[in-house]
Amino acid sequence: MTPPQRRRRHPVPEPVPAPPPAPEPVEQEEQEEGEKKNPERLYIITGPDGERAPLDLVTLIVARAEPPSSATPEQTAVLRMCGAPLSVAEVSAYLGLPFSVVSVLLTEMLAAELVQARAPIVRQHLPDRSLLEAVMHGLQRL
Amino acid sequence: MDFNGSDTIPGPRAEDHLPQSTTAAAKIVIVGGFGVGKTTMVGSVSEIKPLTTEETMTQAGIGVDDNYGSETKTATTVAMDFGRIRITDEVVLYLFGTPGQERFWFLWEGLFEGALGAVVLVDTRRLEVSFEVMGRLEERGVPFVVAVNTFPDGPRYPLDDLRSALDLAPEIPIVECDARRRASSRDVLMTLMRFLHALALSNGLA
Ligand SMILES: Nc1nc2c(ncn2[C@@H]2O[C@H](COP(=O)(O)OP(=O)(O)OP(=O)(O)O)[C@@H](O)[C@H]2O)c(=O)[nH]1
Ligand SMILES: [Mg+2]
Repeated sequence: MTPPQRRRRHPVPEPVPAPPPAPEPVEQEEQEEGEKKNPERLYIITGPDGERAPLDLVTLIVARAEPPSSATPEQTAVLRMCGAPLSVAEVSAYLGLPFSVVSVLLTEMLAAELVQARAPIVRQHLPDRSLLEAVMHGLQRL
Repeated sequence: MDFNGSDTIPGPRAEDHLPQSTTAAAKIVIVGGFGVGKTTMVGSVSEIKPLTTEETMTQAGIGVDDNYGSETKTATTVAMDFGRIRITDEVVLYLFGTPGQERFWFLWEGLFEGALGAVVLVDTRRLEVSFEVMGRLEERGVPFVVAVNTFPDGPRYPLDDLRSALDLAPEIPIVECDARRRASSRDVLMTLMRFLHALALSNGLA
């Protein structure tokens, strides 16, 4: 019996990105120049100068404040569960809300400085093999 | 939804809290066709009880502007299982199990963007369901390894035959696994990490 046959494909060059909609430069620490942007992604405000970074499934969220009296139940729940760092995916799972809804919620909370976001490690900036070595070490312990 | 009652506060168990020193997370994606063992693999290596996140996408219908404002919309909900492994006091690794079917690809923008790499789970009973997914990863330049889940009722092909059937580039690892076993799933992830490490070396990244 012979298995069905596939044909390998090759990297497709990125389409030329549309010019950014906002004039201010993106100066997030972990952001590389010319990195591709998806204009449909939601953006979080990460600093007072309007720096922007996409909210990822594994962006870590940490509470910065006690729930204010004006906090909505969802905001209160986020602040309670994010006493220790927690990924956006986990916040979504524990709230039982879709990722896109949680993104909006967290975007507002970031703007209100109720929470802090810690950017993920992404493949595009994987300069250090030490991270990969750390992961292998971590897996070996499992 | 009521999150106010103190006995209904959602969140991780105390023993599942990440240390405050955790600065960053990385992710790996486990992708494959229906029933291939994605959830099983996430569960067997995760240190937390696997969780589920979902995404709903509403897409406006095309060419419905003559509908007096009542656009037709289609909503799609896709659930993704995920698990977590603490690597160091600073780094945590997340594993996402995601369906490989075409209708879920709109989700990939956010998921594969930035993933360290992917594990393509294949089932020898339905090898072809993984073809499209592998092609997509190749087009996007997402490094992946292939893990062959050995189901008792599936045909057994030598790995070399599978390698040529899947037309894998010579450097791409292909391994057999049993997703139900933690050690076996862990070995698959190790294979991926070694592959990524070799890629980093050959790209001359310091
Ligand atoms: N023999 C064998 N059975 C497995 C293996 N991995 C998973 N299974 C079984 O296959 C069935 C499907 O596994 P799941 O992990 O639910 O598969 P899935 O890819 O998450 O499925 P969907 O989310 O429905 O697409 C379960 O009954 C598992 O126990 C494996 O490596 N070997
Ligand atoms: Mg599943």
